[in-house]
Amino acid sequence: MNTLTAFWNIFVKDMRTYYLKPPNVSWGIIFPLAWTGMFFIRSGSGLESIPALLPGLVAISILFGTTSMLSVTVTFEKKNRSFERLLLAPISLNALMLAKTGGAIVFGVINAFIPVIMAVFFADVSGIFWTVFLAAVFFIAVASTFLGLFIAVSVSEVFEAQTFSNFFRFPMIFLCGLFFPISRLPWLLRPISFCLPLTYGADLLHGAIGGSNTMPLLLDLGLLLLFCTALFAASLWNIRRKWIA
Amino acid sequence: MTDAVNVSGLKKRFGEVEAVAGISFSVHQGELFGFLGPNGAGKTTTINMLTGLARPDSGTFSIGGIDCLENPRGAQHLIGVVPDESNLYPELSGFDNLCFCGALYGMRKPDREARARGLLDSFGLAGAGGRKFGGYSKGMKRKLTIAAGIMHSPGILFLDEPTTGIDVASARQVRALIQDLHDGGTTIFLTTHYIEEAERLCGRIAFIVSGRIVRTDTVENLLQPVMNRHVVHITCESLPDGIREGLVSLFPALAFTLPEKAMLRAEADSPVPVGPVVRFLEEAGAVVLEARRIRPSLEDVFVEITGIEAHAMESEKRNGGGR
Repeated sequence: MNTLTAFWNIFVKDMRTYYLKPPNVSWGIIFPLAWTGMFFIRSGSGLESIPALLPGLVAISILFGTTSMLSVTVTFEKKNRSFERLLLAPISLNALMLAKTGGAIVFGVINAFIPVIMAVFFADVSGIFWTVFLAAVFFIAVASTFLGLFIAVSVSEVFEAQTFSNFFRFPMIFLCGLFFPISRLPWLLRPISFCLPLTYGADLLHGAIGGSNTMPLLLDLGLLLLFCTALFAASLWNIRRKWIA
Repeated sequence: MTDAVNVSGLKKRFGEVEAVAGISFSVHQGELFGFLGPNGAGKTTTINMLTGLARPDSGTFSIGGIDCLENPRGAQHLIGVVPDESNLYPELSGFDNLCFCGALYGMRKPDREARARGLLDSFGLAGAGGRKFGGYSKGMKRKLTIAAGIMHSPGILFLDEPTTGIDVASARQVRALIQDLHDGGTTIFLTTHYIEEAERLCGRIAFIVSGRIVRTDTVENLLQPVMNRHVVHITCESLPDGIREGLVSLFPALAFTLPEKAMLRAEADSPVPVGPVVRFLEEAGAVVLEARRIRPSLEDVFVEITGIEAHAMESEKRNGGGR
């Protein structure tokens, strides 16, 4: 009960303090809008291309929304030492970090639905497998958030967090099969693609939206879950090693 | 009765630096225990280890009888921590900060709201409870940080340099709050570099220097060797060269030192003959501004035991030295 109270209040505090602040709400809306507009202009195609673009837009919105926010907020709290207050609380580190990441996961899921809501107005989305789509959105949000956490606990300054985030994010966009199939990538880059969590999230989204997944959906889900577990475990290990040294 | 805090052979090393070198001590239930030492002595590292923010390399310690290495969460329920810097959330109000801190310890909403209101009231912050913490003055921040530390009514409170960096009036209020908490039965572990503060507040004190505890005792016992000592500080415009040698030959029963430029300190086991000393100085050409009898204090004991001048320790801290 004590842990639940602490968990809920950390989650609510972060939502109020960071994620529901007007600049972040506007970022959460404008960013997916900007990506959508950019891809339409770039592709030069009509509204019929929306379903093909949707997996990429959803994945990018989640990836950027979660990693940007979490890597900055955790680094900021560590820097001004308010994170110590959380470490002093009598709750397990696992519960504490799940509470800290909960807000970013919800923020990522909300971000994912901005392109979807837009698509509803301009294209036929009746063919989407919503169960698979929701699972994909949730697991991409969790994996991206934990990636943001891993980055946050690996650096000490906010600007380092942003730089380090880009080191992961931009290659991931182009190598995970969102916009170019992995089979069309140079053979040297293909092994890297399969080391990226977003590859499996993107495949799930392709499967949910166009039925064009290249791997079994359960395999995608299993591997995404594995990435989530590994990133979370690595982050906790880093916190214990560096922040409770 | 179980000690509130029991530490045995605690060690911590950061690379080549031995921050804490195998210290042992205990804090009794209901005691106000002072941990006194210069910057880099190991005070904050010790607090961090005791509160779960750092892992010791070796040694054992228990809080309220709970082995902290085996059950750190169990011990964290019993303690409150006030760090040396106010680390609450600047964008939350004072009231919300307190409620949030209560929630971290599992307090239910009605309980934490009632407790937060009560604490704001007793800390003189009731009027500022709705304002953002980021807009508080340093003194108000310090008081709210102490209130946050006791929000869940811990039996043992760790206070790290509670009056550093705040004005005299706020420091006085904070000291009164600490005294009230102690009178209310809270065990307090206080680190400070203000010797006078430790002398005024604490029942027992440990002196820590370079990671080692050099002496632990009650304030009365620590003061005992200097209680019968007589000290006079004589301030002049300037002191002529060789004046100390002249004084030593004329007043062999007195010990003379120059603690500051143009200040002479005369010390003896019997009352210092102030008149003859001042006359000698004036005849030697010194312009005497002030001669003052000094009550022997813990500062004298500290200097004697550690060899560190107290004022040097305080100015070092003000200049932002390490911990």
